[in-house]
Amino acid sequence: MSKERTRVLVVDDEEIVRESLSGWLAKDGYTLDVAQDGPTAVEKLRAERWSVLLVDLKMPGMDGLQVLETAKKLQPDVAVVIMTAYATVETAVEAMKMGAYDYLVKPFDPEELSLMMVKIVAQQQLVRENVLLRKVLKRDYHFRDMLSKSPGMQRIFDLARSAAKTQSTVLILGESGTGKELLARAIHAESPRHGATFVAVSCAALTETLLESELFGHEKGSFTGAVSRRKGKFESAHGGTLFLDEIGDISSKLQLDLLRVLEDRKFFRVGGSESVEVDVRIIAATNRDLRKAADEGQFRDDLYYRLNVIPITLPPLRDRLEDIPLLVEHFLEHLNLEMNHQIENVSADALAALMRYDWPGNVRELRNVLERGMVVAKGSLIMPDDLGLQAPASRQPVADVTLSLDEVERRHIEAVLHHESGNVTHAARTLDIDRVTLYNKIRKYGLRRTEENGTAEA
Amino acid sequence: MTSDVHIWWIGADAPDDHLLESVRREVESVFRVRVRLERHAERPTHAFDPRRGQHSSSQILKWLVGRAPSGRVLAVTDVDLFIPVLTFVYGEAQLGGEAAVVSTARLASGPGAMTDERLFGARVVKESIHELGHTFGLIHCDSADCVMARSVNLMEVDAKRMRLCGDCETRFGALQHKEQHHE
Repeated sequence: MSKERTRVLVVDDEEIVRESLSGWLAKDGYTLDVAQDGPTAVEKLRAERWSVLLVDLKMPGMDGLQVLETAKKLQPDVAVVIMTAYATVETAVEAMKMGAYDYLVKPFDPEELSLMMVKIVAQQQLVRENVLLRKVLKRDYHFRDMLSKSPGMQRIFDLARSAAKTQSTVLILGESGTGKELLARAIHAESPRHGATFVAVSCAALTETLLESELFGHEKGSFTGAVSRRKGKFESAHGGTLFLDEIGDISSKLQLDLLRVLEDRKFFRVGGSESVEVDVRIIAATNRDLRKAADEGQFRDDLYYRLNVIPITLPPLRDRLEDIPLLVEHFLEHLNLEMNHQIENVSADALAALMRYDWPGNVRELRNVLERGMVVAKGSLIMPDDLGLQAPASRQPVADVTLSLDEVERRHIEAVLHHESGNVTHAARTLDIDRVTLYNKIRKYGLRRTEENGTAEA
Repeated sequence: MTSDVHIWWIGADAPDDHLLESVRREVESVFRVRVRLERHAERPTHAFDPRRGQHSSSQILKWLVGRAPSGRVLAVTDVDLFIPVLTFVYGEAQLGGEAAVVSTARLASGPGAMTDERLFGARVVKESIHELGHTFGLIHCDSADCVMARSVNLMEVDAKRMRLCGDCETRFGALQHKEQHHE
């Protein structure tokens, strides 16, 4: 089977060589063609795919090494064998450096040629099988645009697939960058609603009034600037899916409005008196601990239960390190296409650094780090320095028992601010204190001053 | 083309009639066609390459095509054969054509062959069937013991039987059917 698929091109200016060599190989069942010079060979390389090129070194015009160079550019997988009657070590070394598969001195032993062909066919067969297997594996690791081989994520994919078939509300929990919107889109794509629209709203990005109008739409003249009637996201998503991201950040008034829509599937446009009925599947997401927020009275209990029908928690990347090589390969493939780059891989050291890193920004951060690496890399490999990773913070720092409580607090706040890229709101949330308290502590410990001096990133 | 096969001795020395007769008999048995042993006085001396001290098998094939009677011709010789890129060949044939040539020159070497006439004779028969198989359109077979397996050394020649394997037998039947249908 594989022999018929092995297409061999014999390139030699001597007709007798072309004839006898192609005749000899044709009897093995390979598909054969011949070219009498370099330019003809290049033409055939542009027109069709070849498995093996047997090229004479000395030809008038374009020589064998030039054919080899062009062949490797046009079809990098082709095995090019250089044949010559006048062997020199220099040309042999040059040919091998340029990527020749082998270098044969004419006349060669039939056994040598036969073994070489068997080896090439076997290797190319393995490469083909490998590509095929990787494709099959990748397909198994995929849930739409999400990719993971970790057993935990595979269970999530299974749950999401089942959830997609229902109309039930899904609540996706997980840190920033874990792929909450990607999962929401995947659920929509797998659901019977996939023919209708998927509408995403980031609830934290807008003020209360704007968000209300954004979600429910408004009637003309309902507020300053409402010059015409406008449909809200709920109406736009009719028949489809509405993705409410950062649901943990909405005001108590909107929480109540949302609860009503979820209960009645009806709402009023801002400034409107006529109720609008919609058929919308809700997927909500947040990086906050919504259960805790509900317990503490910051989030309505009843809304929490309405949303928490099918909860799915996406694990942080540091809990599924086994996915990093797979994700690296996936992102490199995509980024190469997007950025028109030719980065082959990350070096072994760079991969080790990626595996050691803590990934506070999760998969999104990994993608950004690789994008940076691609821009900075000088060769076809991304090296550790190209990634610009900070030294990983020790997950369980050894307590320094000589420090005062204030000093421990100062250092901890500094570290959290650094981790949250200086975002005080996020840092306050992580520290579980309010923003005013955090501002007071920053002032107390003079952290702002250090930041202004440029010694801390904030 | 009639399905007859003509065997010619075109060697430098006198023919070994006993050997040629066993080739004739086995070829007839494998391909189930009429096989004739014929005397031919001419020799393809122009195929000799003094630089290599060998005869070009490709030139011998061309020479045979111009002279052969209707059907297929198998030339057997005791001179060493080559094709330009290879150091030697045991034989050569036109794939789906009418001419084939086999050399006994390298089949007599190796352990036992000089003293064991039967081993030598078997090798000549196998290579004769093999090359003629190509003229019937058969290509190399992956079964090491099939007569159509590619052999690049004597160990591989000795590993083959004098018969087509089941698959090649089927292929041969189909090719013959096609050839007769074409006529």
